[in-house]
Amino acid sequence: MPFVMPDLRPVLPEIVMTVLALAILLADLVIKRKETIAFLSIVGVALVTYVLPGSMGTTFNGMFLSDGYSMFFKLIFMLNVILTVLISVKYIVIEKVNFGEYYALILFSTLGMMLMASAGDLIVLYLGLELMALSTYILAGFIRYDIKSNEAAMKYFLLGAFASAFLLYGTSMIYGLTGTTDLKAISAYIVANGLSGNPVLMLSMILFAVAFSFKIAAVPFHMWAPDAYEGAPTSITAFMSVGPKAAGFAVLGRVFLIAFGSVKLEWSAVLVPIAILTMGVGNIVALSQTNIKRMLAYSSIAHAGYILLGIIAGTSDGMASVLTYMLIYAFMNIGAFAVVIMLRSEGFKGDNITDYEGLSKTHPLAAALMLVFMFSLTGIPPTAGFMGKFYVFMSAINAGYTWVVIIAVMFSAISAYFYLRVVMYMYMKEPKETVQLSTSPAIGLALAITVIAVLFIGISPSTVVNLARAAVSGF
Amino acid sequence: MVPLNWYLMLSATVFMIGVFGFLTRKNIIIMFMSVELMLNGVNISLVAFSHYLQDLRGQILVFFIITVAAAEAAIGLAIIIALFRNKSTAHVDEMNEMKG
Repeated sequence: MPFVMPDLRPVLPEIVMTVLALAILLADLVIKRKETIAFLSIVGVALVTYVLPGSMGTTFNGMFLSDGYSMFFKLIFMLNVILTVLISVKYIVIEKVNFGEYYALILFSTLGMMLMASAGDLIVLYLGLELMALSTYILAGFIRYDIKSNEAAMKYFLLGAFASAFLLYGTSMIYGLTGTTDLKAISAYIVANGLSGNPVLMLSMILFAVAFSFKIAAVPFHMWAPDAYEGAPTSITAFMSVGPKAAGFAVLGRVFLIAFGSVKLEWSAVLVPIAILTMGVGNIVALSQTNIKRMLAYSSIAHAGYILLGIIAGTSDGMASVLTYMLIYAFMNIGAFAVVIMLRSEGFKGDNITDYEGLSKTHPLAAALMLVFMFSLTGIPPTAGFMGKFYVFMSAINAGYTWVVIIAVMFSAISAYFYLRVVMYMYMKEPKETVQLSTSPAIGLALAITVIAVLFIGISPSTVVNLARAAVSGF
Repeated sequence: MVPLNWYLMLSATVFMIGVFGFLTRKNIIIMFMSVELMLNGVNISLVAFSHYLQDLRGQILVFFIITVAAAEAAIGLAIIIALFRNKSTAHVDEMNEMKG
């Protein structure tokens, strides 16, 4: 059999990303000013974004799919990297971990996410997932001298490795059953042989559900999330509450809607309880948190529950709403973390909710920004968070899951308590001590991007929604 | 020839020993070894399926799993060492800096 060169155009963004990450790793040896490396990473990521639209196609025998769906997710990942780098520049100096590897690892992790979003085969999916996860474990423990950061990395690592073993067992079962690891071929085999209700198929489906639930931090597989989010450097908390979660949803959608598309009834019976538990536990436990990073961790668990509704709906509208929500979530969540990062200064942790007391008196602009992000996370119009929830709930209702949506709306109402408590502390209490804000042009830019996006998408969501609908049209 | 089922039973047993070890043991190193056991349980079943189906994909995946497991071991042990330097213990019950 002659060697045929595969078509490399669809993988061009990944190739550029790999070269970029390696170049950053090498540039770190010669460039002493780490701000330059941050700048180079952003320029490189902009280049990846530039080659992204021209990469439509399938290659490597269907193992790598570059379609609208993966492209939209990659757009979210690019946004995630750029915003994370912007909020990191000053923060990692304050935390005394100003190393170039930090940026290289973020890029490698993003490369893994890009591979996951494009995976047309379970082998590629696994490799992308591991590349993403291994880089993120290191980033979570990046503050080496801080015991909390070590502990966060350790818990994240142990549970992440445990979850990927489940993913592999599921892969092995489905391989034994269908004789292939290609998602489309799996689906075709299931339909052709009428396998719905087959115990091995159910077992592997449940194993996949468990593994992906770990990645998106859905209850009851969320135990790692609060500790990992609290202990990790705040910029990395922002990074991993958006990137790996979006990548998890990308593969969840791909595997469940394509490979297991014909047994939707069975898997929705598994995902509905997971979604309800996720919303419930996330929102209720968040009520009692005193640490803002931990509170945002539980909030991120709850948001995973809302997004799951879009997957459960299983329609193309549902998938479009998942994409829309993920994009909006990237803006509002990184925005909120950017404000949290500003409160961190030399010798002041600034991650307790009480640190926000009277922020509107001392720093009115920062308080106003936090107000917008908290409103958006609650889902109050005219912010983007409302639109995200609206589309997800709409698609779930149209698919016949009205009772689940009613529960979701009730939990969403509960969430107002802990989000608005931050607002209450900022606007209705007197400042106890003067909080020093550590601002920089980079973080200012990140905040400007996020707040404009949150308000713009909230007022005129049609651009993003149409983009998401177009993205899933070929799904 | 040894029937496929025997391999699958062996694989499931090894995997379950790993799960059980991970959930019950308290030492980080042993928990980590249990995860490796789970991965090797999967490898057994993949190779058995691969041989039974006369298809090489399963064995290719096994090579990838072994490679990734090696990288994972490097990172995991590095994290454990970093943790041990700050807190001289490898016991999960003492990992209690964060609560709530």
